[in-house]
Amino acid sequence: MSRRARIALKAMIWGGCLVPLATLVYWFVRDDLTANPISFVTTTLGDWTLRILLASLAMTPLRLVLGVAWPITLRRLLGLFAFFYVCVHFSVWIVLDFFFDWPRMWADILKRPYITMGMLGLLSLVPLAATSTAGMIKRLGARRWRRLHRLAYVAGVAGCVHFLWLAKVGRTDQYWYVATLVLLLGIRLGDAALRAVRRRRARRAAAVATAGIRVP
Amino acid sequence: MLIRRAPRFTSNEITDRKVYLSRREWMIGAAALTLLPGECGAATPQGEPLGATRNDGLSLKEPPTKFEAATTYNNFYEFGVNKDDPARLAHTLKPRPWTVQVDGLVHKPKTFDVDELSRLFPLEERVYALRCVEGWSMVIPWIGFPLASLLKRVEPTGQAKYVEFTTLLDPKQFPGQRASLFGFALDWPYTEGLRLDEALHPLTLLTVGMYGQVLSNQNGAPIRVVVPWKYGFKSAKSIVRIRLTSNEPPTAWNKAAPREYGFYSNVNPAVDHPRWSQATERRIGEFRRRSTLPFNGYGDQVRHLYAGMDLKKYY
Repeated sequence: MSRRARIALKAMIWGGCLVPLATLVYWFVRDDLTANPISFVTTTLGDWTLRILLASLAMTPLRLVLGVAWPITLRRLLGLFAFFYVCVHFSVWIVLDFFFDWPRMWADILKRPYITMGMLGLLSLVPLAATSTAGMIKRLGARRWRRLHRLAYVAGVAGCVHFLWLAKVGRTDQYWYVATLVLLLGIRLGDAALRAVRRRRARRAAAVATAGIRVP
Repeated sequence: MLIRRAPRFTSNEITDRKVYLSRREWMIGAAALTLLPGECGAATPQGEPLGATRNDGLSLKEPPTKFEAATTYNNFYEFGVNKDDPARLAHTLKPRPWTVQVDGLVHKPKTFDVDELSRLFPLEERVYALRCVEGWSMVIPWIGFPLASLLKRVEPTGQAKYVEFTTLLDPKQFPGQRASLFGFALDWPYTEGLRLDEALHPLTLLTVGMYGQVLSNQNGAPIRVVVPWKYGFKSAKSIVRIRLTSNEPPTAWNKAAPREYGFYSNVNPAVDHPRWSQATERRIGEFRRRSTLPFNGYGDQVRHLYAGMDLKKYY
């Protein structure tokens, strides 16, 4: 993919990721945020956090399935946007929903499993956002950085469980998110298994080659 | 004792003949519109003005929630699970002609036409607080008559201990009742229930209108019950049958999630929903949360119904 195409793609992702926020602002201006604006804004921001987070988690599987490298270049951008949306989601909860009622919020974080899970997801994204720069990759070393960034899957799982646990009986949209996450995790696990098998074969082949022994 | 009665109305309040005749023309036009091809159901009177006497003694002093909010932000799973589904799909329901079968453990079972009911019993307007189990609330001027009036007319037998309400089952009129890919959690038709003494309580209102109008489809047309001291889902909508029973009737949400929605479901800030707190609520139209009141503020009127009961156990 050419440099120009990559820049265009990134610009599109930037624009696309800002659309949900811009839409909320537009609806706010037009006083069109439903009869329960705070709840509507909170859930909309939550939905988009999860969508963008799953999109960022889809980049590696996409590379594996399509056999092209370009999805990887979008991973960080999507991940940071997911972090941005979860921060706005959380701020709305603190400021608009509970209006800084710390004791009550703290009690809810401890007592309500879906809120605990949401907090876990948010917290697991913090180190990822903090180490998202090229400089941090260098400082940590690629290997350690990669290992740390597997936390993205923890965030994905926490986000989906957060939604599963808060959804009222009868809703079905949460299952789509869970199904997507399972598919993405499945592709990665499948790939890891495949690579392990290949590595073992390669080791055996190497052993055979060096020792010249027939393996039954 | 001197009883002073104001005249019911003065002559200048009587609608001018020309005006009401023009209104008739308009009605005929509206009726003709509904007879256009593809729309062959009976005229639906929802939104028509509906006269009623305000019952100030049983009315909240707070200003009602905006009509627009009360008719666009609804939980009515027969239309769909989203808050805007009921308003969006309300036109699929045909609230006339409509009958309500009242039977079970009664001496005089009868099937009533819904319009007959509003003629039989004088309509009252009552401004009630409505608290949804999800943590939001509204203030709504309902129009209806006490359920007790109807129940007394059919004469419950000595065995009658509970009242069961059944909502219309018709996937053609209620898109939410159609089978979906994942199946659905609620066991249609929607049924709800009250203990007989709760049903006979003067606050329990059979409702045919709100905001001075005939009840809109998304709010449970043509007839619903309103039980203001319980979470909103206890107030069954679009009722086709009221049955008196000796055993506690199974109820839709209780069957779907027994730990979350009990048979009683009295508004209670001290008993949390297993997943969220019920201590506070957001009154639609307000910014800050407010504290939820026991029995939704109707404690003085209804507390005695639950004397000696552990409300944590009977949630």
